[in-house]
This record gives sequence, C-alpha cells and structure tokens, in this order.
Amino acid sequence: MIKAILIFNNHGKPRLSKFYEHYNEDTEQQIIRETFHLVSKRDENVCNFLEGGMLIGGSDYKLIYRHYATLYFVFCVDSSESELGILDLIQVFVETLDKCFENVCELDLIFHVDKVHNILAEMVMGGMVLETNMNEIITQVDAQNKMEKSETFIFQSTRQDR
Amino acid sequence: MALKIVKGSIDRMFDKNLQDLVRGIRNHKEDEAKYISTCIDEIKQELKQDNIAVKANAVCKLTYLQMLGYDVSWAAFNIVEVMSSSKFTYKRIGYLAASQCFHENTDVIMLTTNQIRKDLSSPNQYDTGVALTGLSCFVTPDLARDLANDIMTLMSHTKPYIRKKAVLIMYKVFLKYPESLRPAFPRLKEKLEDPDPGVQSAAVNVICELARRNPKNYLSLAPLFFKLMTSSTNNWVLIKIIKLFGALTPLEPRLGKKLIEPLTNLIHSTSAMSLLYECVNTVIAVLISLSSGMPNHSASIQLCVQKLRILIEDSDQNLKYLGLLAMSKILKTHPKSVQSHKDLILQCLDDKDESIRLRALDLLYGMVSKKNLMEIVKKLMIHVDKAEGTTYRDELLTKIIDICSQSNYQYITNFEWYISILVELTRLEGTRHGHLIASQMLDVAIRVKAIRVFAVAQMATLLDNAHLLTGNMQRNGICEVLYAAAWICGEFSEHLENPVQTLEAMLRPKVATLPGHIQAVYVQNAAKLFATILKNQEGNTDSTAAQETSQMMIDRLPLFVQSANLEVQERASCILQLVKYIQKLQQKDVEVAEEVSALFAGELNPVAPKAQKKVPVPEGLDLDAWINEPPSESESEDEQPKAIFTKEEPKHSRPRHTEVDEKELARRREARKQEQANNPFYIKASPSSQKVYQEAPGVEHIPVVQIDLSVPLKVPGLPMSDQYVKLEEERRQKERAEKKKKEKKKRKEKRSGRGKKHDSGPESEEDITPAHVVDIVTEEMPENALPSDDDDKDPNDPHKALDIDLDKPLADSEKLPVRSHRAAGAPKSSAEDGEAENATPQEPKKKSSKEKRDKKKDKERDRKRSKEEKKKKKHKHEEKEEDLLGGQAEEPVVQSEETKEVEAQPTSTSAEVSDLDFWLSNAPVPSNTQEAATVAEAAPAPEAPAGTAADSEPEEPKDTETEESKSSKHKKKKQKKEKEEKEKKKKKKHHHHHHHHHSDGGGEESVQNGTVEEEEPLPPMSNYCLLAENSYIKMMMEDADQVCDIQGNLQDGSQVVVSVIFENKSDSFLKSMEFNVLDSLNSKLQRPEGSGPHDGLTVPFQLPPGVSNEARFVFTVQSIVMPQKLKGTLTFIVKNEDSSTHEKLDFKLHFTCTSYLITTPCYSDAFAKLLESGDLKSSSVRLEGVNMPFHHLLARICFHHHFSVVERIDSCASMYSRSIQGHHVCLLVKTSGQTVSIDAKCDEPTLLGNVLDEIKQTFSQC
Repeated sequence: MIKAILIFNNHGKPRLSKFYEHYNEDTEQQIIRETFHLVSKRDENVCNFLEGGMLIGGSDYKLIYRHYATLYFVFCVDSSESELGILDLIQVFVETLDKCFENVCELDLIFHVDKVHNILAEMVMGGMVLETNMNEIITQVDAQNKMEKSETFIFQSTRQDR
Repeated sequence: MALKIVKGSIDRMFDKNLQDLVRGIRNHKEDEAKYISTCIDEIKQELKQDNIAVKANAVCKLTYLQMLGYDVSWAAFNIVEVMSSSKFTYKRIGYLAASQCFHENTDVIMLTTNQIRKDLSSPNQYDTGVALTGLSCFVTPDLARDLANDIMTLMSHTKPYIRKKAVLIMYKVFLKYPESLRPAFPRLKEKLEDPDPGVQSAAVNVICELARRNPKNYLSLAPLFFKLMTSSTNNWVLIKIIKLFGALTPLEPRLGKKLIEPLTNLIHSTSAMSLLYECVNTVIAVLISLSSGMPNHSASIQLCVQKLRILIEDSDQNLKYLGLLAMSKILKTHPKSVQSHKDLILQCLDDKDESIRLRALDLLYGMVSKKNLMEIVKKLMIHVDKAEGTTYRDELLTKIIDICSQSNYQYITNFEWYISILVELTRLEGTRHGHLIASQMLDVAIRVKAIRVFAVAQMATLLDNAHLLTGNMQRNGICEVLYAAAWICGEFSEHLENPVQTLEAMLRPKVATLPGHIQAVYVQNAAKLFATILKNQEGNTDSTAAQETSQMMIDRLPLFVQSANLEVQERASCILQLVKYIQKLQQKDVEVAEEVSALFAGELNPVAPKAQKKVPVPEGLDLDAWINEPPSESESEDEQPKAIFTKEEPKHSRPRHTEVDEKELARRREARKQEQANNPFYIKASPSSQKVYQEAPGVEHIPVVQIDLSVPLKVPGLPMSDQYVKLEEERRQKERAEKKKKEKKKRKEKRSGRGKKHDSGPESEEDITPAHVVDIVTEEMPENALPSDDDDKDPNDPHKALDIDLDKPLADSEKLPVRSHRAAGAPKSSAEDGEAENATPQEPKKKSSKEKRDKKKDKERDRKRSKEEKKKKKHKHEEKEEDLLGGQAEEPVVQSEETKEVEAQPTSTSAEVSDLDFWLSNAPVPSNTQEAATVAEAAPAPEAPAGTAADSEPEEPKDTETEESKSSKHKKKKQKKEKEEKEKKKKKKHHHHHHHHHSDGGGEESVQNGTVEEEEPLPPMSNYCLLAENSYIKMMMEDADQVCDIQGNLQDGSQVVVSVIFENKSDSFLKSMEFNVLDSLNSKLQRPEGSGPHDGLTVPFQLPPGVSNEARFVFTVQSIVMPQKLKGTLTFIVKNEDSSTHEKLDFKLHFTCTSYLITTPCYSDAFAKLLESGDLKSSSVRLEGVNMPFHHLLARICFHHHFSVVERIDSCASMYSRSIQGHHVCLLVKTSGQTVSIDAKCDEPTLLGNVLDEIKQTFSQC
C-alpha cells in the first residue's frame, strides 16, 4: 500500500499532497516538512530509499523518492510494495505528466494541481496501484478532459474573451 | 435556461479561478496569510451563490488551500453539493475535494450515500470512475455497508476501466466492512482470471494485500497463483504474486519446495531487476522456512548470495541498498554464506550514502568473530570520527557496543582494548547514548575482575578530565559516563594509584552542575574513597595526610549539602557528619580506618536480570498470605514481592573480611581454582597469563601491564585502542606457539553460586583465547519467553477483522445488504446475485432487513444466529425431502449440482483442502501422480453410485452422445462429502444425498432463480458418453469440462480437463493402464515433464473385477472456436489367476464448443450493457418441433451447454455464458408452440455458430 504521495520543490513548498490515510491539516504540513528535511539533505547520487520519518513511519514504511530538476516526488509505501517497482511508477508518473503538459515544469504543477490530481487518480487509487501503462493512463485522462471540454464550452469561450 | 448559464458565466468573470489564486499567493509573499484569509472570505461568498459553476470554482480553490495546510472542513456541505452536480467537470472537482478532506468523522458523508450510488450506476463510465476514486479515499463503515453490493456488481461491469477500479476499491470496503469479504470473495477470485490485464492486476493486488495480513486463509489459492506466476508476463503482477508467496511459504513448507524451481528459473531468465530482486527475496523466505537442514538447497542459497553480490557491486546505489537489505535476511539463517562476502560489506561502510552504510552496519553484526572483531571495530571507530551527522554517529556507537557485547562478550579477547574503546567513545559530542557507554563500563568492570585495575585507572583519568565532558551543555548526554566512572573508582578504590587526587577530582565545585543522580553517586563514592585513603594512610606515622583528607571532605561537602536534589543532599549531610566525627577521632589519634572501611565492606556481584524470579520460595513462606491486613486492594499487590527477596542474598554475597588472615585467603583461592578447573563452561584463558594471575596473591600481578599506560591515560583525547590490535596479534601468535606444545586443554570450572551452568559461547575458528575472564552470570530466560513476543497483533489493526475463513460455504445470512427501497420482484432483485442464486425472491428482502437490524447488535451474536438458522434449515430439509427445490440454499455442494453457480462458489472445505494438498504434493496433472492413485483408491465407497450412474447411461446413449456437461466434478465432491457423512453415520443426511445420486444419472431438478412452477419431472439428462467398450473394459468419457481452478492463461492457451470413468466389466484384474492420445495441432494432452510427445499417461489405479474408477486428464487447447476430435488408445494388462494378456482399446474424444463455455452468472443490468455495447456479432437459429415445456428446454440448455438464465419472462428468456477465453455469449430464447427461436450474440462469430449448431443438435436428438 502507498500511504502518501508528496511533491514539493527544492525549498519544501508543497506542489501536491495526497494522503491515503487521514491526518489533520497540521499533521500533514508537519509530515511534508519532515519529509522535505529528510530528503533534501541527501546527495544527488545516493540511493532513493529512506527509512521512514517519525510521523508517517513505523518500521514497515519506507520513503521512496526521485528528484527531477526542481521537484521531489516522494512516495511513502509499506513493505508490500516493491521498491524498484515504485521507482518505476514515479518515472511513469513523471513521463505521463510530461506528455499531458508537454514538457512539464514546476509551473505546470503550481497552476494545475487539479489536473495533476486527475492524472494521479488514474495511476493510484486509494493507495493501491491502479495502472502502470502510460498509454492507458493518457487515454483515460484525455477522454475525461475531452468530456470536460464539451461540457464547459460556453464557459470556456467567455473566459477567453476576458 | 440559456440566460441563466450566460449570467452565471458573467458572474464568474469576476471571480478568481484557481490560477488567479495561485498567482495572487505568489504575488503576496510578504503577507501571504492575510491574502489567503481575504481569499477565503471571497470563497465563502462564492459558496453562498446558487450557481454551481461558481461553487465548483470555489471548491477547487479550497482544495488547493487545503494542500497549503488550511482547514476547509467547514465547506464539507458545499463539496457534497458540487459532487452531486450532473456535470462531469464539477462532479470531478467535488469528488477530488472530498477525497482530500473528508474522513470518517465528517458528518455530511452520510448524505452522500445515494449520490454515490447514483454515480456508480451512471451510464457514463467516467462518472462511475470518479465516484470510485473518490470513495476509495473516504469510504466509511456505513458507506461500505450500503454500497458493497453496488460495487460488487460493478466488478462484472463490461468496461475493464470500471472493473479494475471496482476490484481495487473492494479492499477498502473489506477493511471498513469485514462482513462483505466472504460474499464478495468468489467474484474477486474470479477476477484473477479476468481477460483484461489491468483487472487481473487489480485483483492480484487486492488479494495480495488481504493475504499479507492473514496469509493462512489464502493458502488454498496457492495453486491458482502458481499458475498465474508461471503464465503471467506482467512484471507488476509477478512481483505481487512472488511477494505473496513469500508470505505464504512460512505456513506451508511444501509450497516452498514447489516454488524453488520456477523462482530459480525466473532469477536466471528475467532482465527486470525489480523482479529478480523479489524472486531472490522470496527464495530467501522459502529457504528460511525450510531451514531445517536441507542440504540440497545450498545451491539456491549460493545463487541468492551470488545475485545479491552482483546487486551490491552494482554502481546503482538503489540496487546496492536492496542487495544489502536482502543479505541481512539471509544472515539470520545462513550466516556462513554471508560471511564470505565480508570484504564487500566492509567496503560498503565507506559508501558516501548513509542509507547504505546503515544497511552494511546491520550486516556487520553477524560477521564478527574473535579474529576480526578488533579490525572491524577499528574501522568503525574511524567512521565515528568522520561521521558528520549525529544520527549516523549514534547509530555507529550503538552498533559498536552491540557488536562487542553480543552473546556475553563472546568475541572480545582483550578487555583492556574494549575499555579503551569505551573511553574513546566518550569523546563523542552530543551523543544520546551516554548511558549505554556507562552501563557497558559498569558491566565490564564488575564482571571481568582482571580488568578492574585497568578500568579504575582509566576511570580516574576520566574523572580528572571531567571538565572535557561536561564543559559544554550540548555534550550533556555523555556525562552519564561519569556516573559509571565515579562508581567504579569508588567501588574498586583499592586499585587506585592516587586516590587522593581522584577524591579531589570528585569533590570539585564543577561537579555540582552535573545531574542530580550523578552527583549522588559522586558523594557516595567519595565516601568510599575516603575510607580507602584512611586505610592506606593508617600505617603511616604521619597522620597529617589523613587529617588533610578529612579536612578536604569537610570543606567540599557542604556544597552538596545545599544541593536541590534530595538524594544528593541526604547523602552529603550524612557523610559530612560522619567525616566530622572521624576528624574528631583522628585528632584524638584514634585508629578509625578499619571501622570506616567496614561501612563499605562486601563485594557486589553481578546478578542476572531475571535472577530474582528464579529464587525458590523458602519453606513455610506463604506468598499469598497477607503480612498485614491490606488497606486497599491495589496497594497490597505492590507490597507482596518485597517479602521474596529477604532471604536469598547471603548465599551469594561474599563479605570482604579484611581481618581474614593470609592463610585463609590462600586456601580459598586454591579452592576456587579447583572449582574453576572442573567447570567446563568457564572461559578458557590463555594458560600462561591466567596462571600468573590466579596464583598471584594480589591483583597487582595482572599480566597486561606491559603497556606503558601513563602517556595515553593522561590525555584521554588520544586514540589508544589501536595499539591493542597490534598487541593482540603478538599475544595470539605467542599463544599459538604455546598451544602446539600443549595439546591437552584444561577446562576450568566456573564458580557459580546458583549451580546454573552457562555456555559462554563456542570456540571460534582459531580457538582464540581471551586475555581476561568474563565472570558471566547466567541470564536465563523463562522457557516460554520467545523473541517473537512482539509480533502480537495490534488490537486496533483493521486487518484483524479480515481474518475470515474464506473456504467455508457461504451462509445465507451473509449476503450483502441490498437497497431496501427496491421492490423485491424488480428485475434487479438480489435474487439474481450470485450468492443468492437459489433463494426464493422473497427471501433476500427479509434477510437483508434482518441483517440490517442485526448489524446494530454485536457480531458475535449475529454469527451465532446465522449458524442456528442454518441448523434449523437443515432440519427442515430432512423433513420434507421431496421438496428439494424449496430450501437448499445452504448447501452449495448440492446446489452446484443443478444450477450453474458452482465455479464461483467456494467449495466445501474438505474438498478445497484436499485439492491444495493434492496440488502441493505433486505436479498439476492429477493423473500422473502417485497421490492421485491413493486418493482414488482411498475412496472406494463412493464408486458404487458412480457405477450405477454409469449403468443407467447406456439406456439412452444416442441422446447424450454429444452432450457434455461438467457434473463429474460436482459429483466427485458430493461423493467425498457423502463419504464424510457416512463416517459420521448421519443416516438422514446420507439418505438425502443418495437421492441425489440416483437423480444424477437420471432426472435432475433444474431450477433457475427460484422459479418453482410446474413440478413436471424433467426428462433424464446425463453427461456421460460412452467412449469405448470391449469385453474387458468400458470407458466413459464423462465430460470435457473446464475446471475453473485449473484454467490456464486466458490469452494464449486454455486447459480442459477430461474425466474418464474406467469400469472393469470382466472377472479379471486390470492393471498397467496407459492412456494415450494423438495430439493435434490445436489440442495437446498434458504430459509430465520429461516425457515425449507420444508417450502415454499411466492411469494411477488398477481395477479389480467389477470396479470402476475415474481419472482426469488435462488437455491444452489453443483455439476454442471450433469443435474437434482426438483419437486415442488405452492399453492395459488383463491379469487372470493363471495368465495375463496385453489388450488395447481405441476411442475418440470429442471436444465440442460448448465444453469451452463456463457457466457464469450475469446480472440483468450488466447483461443489458453488454448487449448495448455493440461489440457483439449476432446470429440466430430456429428449432422446430420441440415438444417440451419451456422450463425443461431452458434447463437443457443450462445443463448441457453451460448457460445461466439471466432473466425469464413468460415464454422468453435471456441466457448468458462465457468461454474460457473470455468470449461473452448471450442468448435470447423465445418459444411459441413447438417452435423455439434463439437469437444469439457473441464477440466470436465462429464460436457462436458452432455453439448454436450444438444446441440445435441437442434438441434434434430428443
């Protein structure tokens, strides 16, 4: 099971947080801060696994992360997940974002966090891996976006006038 | 309407959207909080408006603010409003917000039930998808209970997109509503073989997650997973399955043996590192479960270690990390194989990556020996110096101490070295582990008598340089070692070189800044030192020195008398008064030394932690009796233990009588030596040094004084432990030389007051003898105290509730609650739900309402009641035996006979268990195993009914020639069951089953969905066809059925199981039967590995005269769209009393297309969707002159062609079936007069054509 998925930048600013277990907002922020501290002080060329922080932790949990340019993608998982598998999943996630946003950068995530959530929802559901095939994920995301577009046509046009 | 939309849009022009909000926040870096609070005010305004678009926009912004840490739970109701919008765009926003901030205590959640239900059944798959995704994050027990049935229906949705989501979310539903697990499990299991890989992967995921927590309940799925493992190519699925096997093997070692080979193959063949790693991990788990000395598995261990070494040597840090992680698992059971890679692991200690160093440290623990301990610790000490962060350094520190102290200091050969290491460790700044070092110092100083002189000298230096340790408040943790230092100096003060100086050091004003408990020890031990000094100075003629010491005490102690700490104050004032009194006596020239030292006389011996528990209760002592009348219940319990300890001490303590004369001392020493020599458990010391030590009358003769200690001791900052490494080398060399001379080993006896013996550890590979003796005290553990105590499950663990036996047949009361507002008679009534198949339409409603009531009460009672209900039902059953149609829902075994549910149903436990045993015991093809034979032979009793069934068959061979069904399996189960029943001598039951056996070959009740109408007996139907017959033997091909749990990979090949009954018609004994079939391109008989493509299969039994028995053969089929025939031969030996002849019999196996269909239940809604989907090709057939009642007709189709009735209205019925390769086949059967028209749809036209032809043939023959 995946317990949480966090994306934050090099300064620890959260760009996406998805907790598959309930915490109150303060604890969530604390977890993000703590995770950032743990992850950010690691060198570039060290391994991507980190024994869990205090808050989210427990001995069964691991932090698995990848660092892309200005962003950290951190998955907190328990021992039922394969470490290398999750690393691949992060890669798939980022590649999917790259396809959906066309050369994704931090700004895309800043302004379209809802879209990122929608993409993530096609990959991971309730803490379990739903789909790992990038093409399938993109097909489903596109289909939903198309539907959204057809629904909000009027609204879209007025927005563009502005 | 349009105007409203436009107006709404215009309103929105002035609202901020999410992007504006983000931009705004970025532009207000200085007063972000203020800006956000104005935004929240705006959002509150927006939420008050009627326009849903405005609301959705507001909710979207709130979701963002929630991520930044703002509480948005106040908008929960608005979120629900947005969720219920009919537009997908808004719905998605609403569900996202809900998934981010709803939780079990959100009260508006209960308002969402109906909305979610509506979305789940929406025709738009993305509405359903969004609802499922959202629900997976905030599902509550109530939601889970109310929606479980809806979600279960979705598991059979036509769209794989919905199916996979529905399957995944079931796990969350199970967690919140454990009662749903058993009813939903059959379908979940079915999804393991879903044609869509995504759905399959989801099902594997869920079952693995379930099985991880309660593995024993899922052991019976092992064969299925095994099949998936050998057939799947999806690495995600493989990894999950392999991980699951890792959890299952500890429970079933036979499974491990079966796994080793395929896993080893995977290890060799896969290129995916993730898969390779998981395989290695599971092989390790298998090896651990088999660890009871299986020599032939050493190759597997070697393979694992080898592969791990490759991982560790990889430049990818991740692989290195994982390699070390897995290595530590092997270390536990096979330390030898890991030790050979010490070089590699030591190398990892130098890695720049902390995670890797930590893993390597873990491994080191298991790799030390007497030989390499010093070297390894030296290396670690260097790392301690280099370590940058305190966490890693502290970790190093604890590891050093762990490694050195493990199994009673087994690997330490030189304790001076160890003390030096401990002293060096005190230089660590800001460590949290001061107390750990301190307790090691104390332990070593107390237990290793020979080291005391050295230890005391070192501790004195420490005390002298205490300012170095305490100078900085940050270094606080380390000042704990002063506690140990002060105590050791005080207790063993007779070894001090310069006690006055140490006393002075202990009474410095700076000491008053130390923590209270340390000061207390200082004060107490200052008094001990004082006594020693007095004793030393007594002999001197000059008494001024002694008086000076007293004066110093009197001067310095008042500082401690003022201490805020009670303990310090008390001890200080007590000792101050004592010293003042002594001073008075000294001034009168009275000799006081002896009396003063008597205050502290008595040696302290180390006591094992559990020793007190072992003290026998003295005779006449009643521990349960009250000593005083208890004032209250609670207090008395605390008082009791005190009484125990009063008597035991003297036995062990050895009063230090200073007046004992020299002779007495010598005598005692001699006795002790003798005792030690006879004790085999006493650590052997190097003969030379030990001798010197033991024979010397005093401690000053300890041999290790060759080192010039003065220099390093004065400067505690310098590392000095290094020199011991060299010295130790020399010592060992000397020893080795001596050893050669002295072959005989002298064992020494340990002095043991308790008479308990303790093995201080085996000799290391080189028989390195320690320089010092550890006076080890037995540290026994109670026999039942296992290290596994800690795996007691957390009582709050949600998975505990999921520890449910899944193999038990489903009780009626376990059905999932269905929507109560629906009319029971409606087409979607739960009567059509898989589990409720046989119940009458009224029943589920009653049940579900009852269930709802029950839920409020506690589960225990619920369960009890359902059991009682079951019993009652059974009882009823016996009474009206004829009316079998009425109430047999609780008997899935019987039920399976006539309807089509079987494959999905959990079968009876015994059958399941024996299936697993069977599978585990050997290869998957049943007919080529020895076990199969024994199983078959062990059950002779049930063969008789099978025989009668077979006998009845030829009466209508034409009729059934081509018809196939799959009752053989059910029958088998029934037989098994019957056998059990017989053994229990439940006659009524037996009778009941018997009835069924008769009907088996003849008439059969065929009832769909509780239609209990015309009770006209059905014409007999049978599924046996005569395969071949001669004067000796009759072969009945019973059936070419697909057995769900032996089904193969759905994509590229499927398995078909053929059951053949062999009946011996002759008077001779038949043996050595061999079954062989000429394989076609499309169909192949599965033969055991290693045999050629033309070899026959040995039938695993022999047939005495008149006996029949059944064997099953597995065929692999490529394409299932065409029927086909296979030619085969049976050879056997006929043995008479005087002769034996070789005979053979030819036969033809006919695989029809219907035999590839599996009876699969289908719900009318899913059925409708399937038809709507437009993927299916249609075809139709018309049957003329069918002269039978409609329900007979349906029953025939169901029985012979494996269909299930979806819905029936008057003379019209829809039917459904699915092929083993996942083709859907839908029929619409209409009758008018003697004409029956069948409209059919299927995604594979060829298959459909053939199936229809076969149906036509069935009816043309009657």
